Amino acid sequence: MQHNKAITVENLTKRFGNFTAVDAISFEVDKGEIFGFLGANGAGKTTAMRMLCGLSLPTAGKATVAGFDVFKQNEEIKRNIGYMSQKFSLYEDLTVKENIRFYGGIYGKSNAFIKEKTGYLLQHLHLEKEANVLVKELPLGWKQKLAFSVAIFHEPEIVFLDEPTGGVDPVTRREFWNMIYEAASNGITVFVTTHYMDEAEYCNRVSIMVDGKIEALDTPTGLKQTYHASSMDDVFVQLARKAVRSDG
Amino acid sequence: MKQFFSFVKKEFYHIFRDRRTMFILLGMPIVQIVIFGFALTNEVKDSKFAVLDLAKDANSASLIQELDASRYFDLQSNLTSYADIEKEFRKGSIKLAIVIPQNFANDISHLNKAQVQVIADASDPNVASTLTNYANTIILDYQDRLLQGKKLPYTIETQTRMLYNPQLKGAYNFVPGVMAMVLLLVCTMMTAITIVREKELGTMEIMLVSPLQPLKIVVAKAVPYLLLSMVNIISILLLSVFVLDVPIQGNIVLLFAESILFTLVALALGLLISSAAASQQTAMFIALVGMFLPTVMFSGFMFPVENMPKPLQVISNIVPAKWYFNIVRSVMIKGVGFAAVWKETLILTGMLLFFLGMAIKNFKIRLA
Repeated sequence: MQHNKAITVENLTKRFGNFTAVDAISFEVDKGEIFGFLGANGAGKTTAMRMLCGLSLPTAGKATVAGFDVFKQNEEIKRNIGYMSQKFSLYEDLTVKENIRFYGGIYGKSNAFIKEKTGYLLQHLHLEKEANVLVKELPLGWKQKLAFSVAIFHEPEIVFLDEPTGGVDPVTRREFWNMIYEAASNGITVFVTTHYMDEAEYCNRVSIMVDGKIEALDTPTGLKQTYHASSMDDVFVQLARKAVRSDG
Repeated sequence: MKQFFSFVKKEFYHIFRDRRTMFILLGMPIVQIVIFGFALTNEVKDSKFAVLDLAKDANSASLIQELDASRYFDLQSNLTSYADIEKEFRKGSIKLAIVIPQNFANDISHLNKAQVQVIADASDPNVASTLTNYANTIILDYQDRLLQGKKLPYTIETQTRMLYNPQLKGAYNFVPGVMAMVLLLVCTMMTAITIVREKELGTMEIMLVSPLQPLKIVVAKAVPYLLLSMVNIISILLLSVFVLDVPIQGNIVLLFAESILFTLVALALGLLISSAAASQQTAMFIALVGMFLPTVMFSGFMFPVENMPKPLQVISNIVPAKWYFNIVRSVMIKGVGFAAVWKETLILTGMLLFFLGMAIKNFKIRLA
């Protein structure tokens, strides 16, 4: 299917009973863009992301991911996206290699593809020696990098990262972002939620959600100008203060 | 299909890398058979008894001799007064007391009517009634021998034959019971736990975002446990035939097919539990309290269902293990064919469809 935008969202809404978690949000994400999706806890980020990944059915509105309709073409979307959740998503009792092979396998990749790509990946992550080590033996930073590599192993069009760097030290976070840039330069669109405002600065464009609505959407530089702020942190605090909903 | 096999392979890694799980899965059936076969037997052997022999004549002596010689009884003490009987029971040193009145021999030979009093400790009613039955039988045998062909004018002689299990071995009852328990534990509890674990770890979300269909995930989760259950069925059957001498009378293929049917019911229950439970502990608790206890209590394996109050009998009907237990007992011990167990099979099939339908429905709801 021909499409120019990686993601298009129009008045996308999700209600749980009387509670409107996501309130008619609209935005577009370009191909190869790193799109930051920010918001306080309970602002509706995760719900919005879950709708785009096909984990949750929207109540109203329109959205396409990789050119496919979130209402009707769930299966096609799943084949074209990668996903990394805030919870650590590899199997601790499997070795590094087994984890990679498993994820390659469930995406239906051929053995030849898996073998070649595994070799490249291990070399790239400097994990050749650890290939047959159980994942639980690895330090957290390595696990996160491995999890990201696994999420884009099947070469998806878009990768969704839900707070991928939680609990990781600044150096590793930096390395992690280098990997994100590398993926983006290979044409993968990156859709990332984060709590770290320094990370927001790394994004091409950033949206900030407050109480289920998108309050601001621009480049980090643009946002700082609009809100007369010196950093993204300031921008975020100014917007988040308007929130009526409490945490959770 | 490749996706599916990748998943099944991963499940086997999980199982084989976790020694505790491995032990539960493959060791438990063996442990249970051994425990039930050698330790927890409800057969009565060498029960201690005491005698208050007020007659002290040739007949009383040989009757006591008979009792002591049987494999059910062991003479503990010769008492001298009625008060001693009570004392011995209170000490717990005997299970049964026999009182032989004065003039025992005289009564037999001249009145044709002698009495023996059998006193049992009925604080355990089952054991008490078993013991008094054994004692009665031995005493009647003794009487027959005394008569030696002299026919009494009118006697009704009952000839009892214990069909299918002539030696009244407990193993005939608990082998089917252990099979039901093991399959239920392995399939229901382990499947529930393994799915809930993925939910807890967050990997389930990753699976749901992947192109792998939910139904395939569920089936792939269940397949390893189905295979392991078959290994367990085989090991239980081998143990029961070669170690406990419980023969398989019926068609082994039918027995196996019925076992697989029950395994599938157990797997469906596990899936259903996993969709309701949020943590591994909850899943385990539901599986133990909701599945294991009813199985032990209502399958007829420990307590006969026929003796239960009506409401409990009705409840026992919804316990899948009850039907499976009946099937195994019929096919394995009695050696009957499918014609005799079609009703139970139909009920299990119905349960399977119901639980599976519910499980799949609930699994999908979580996606919406």
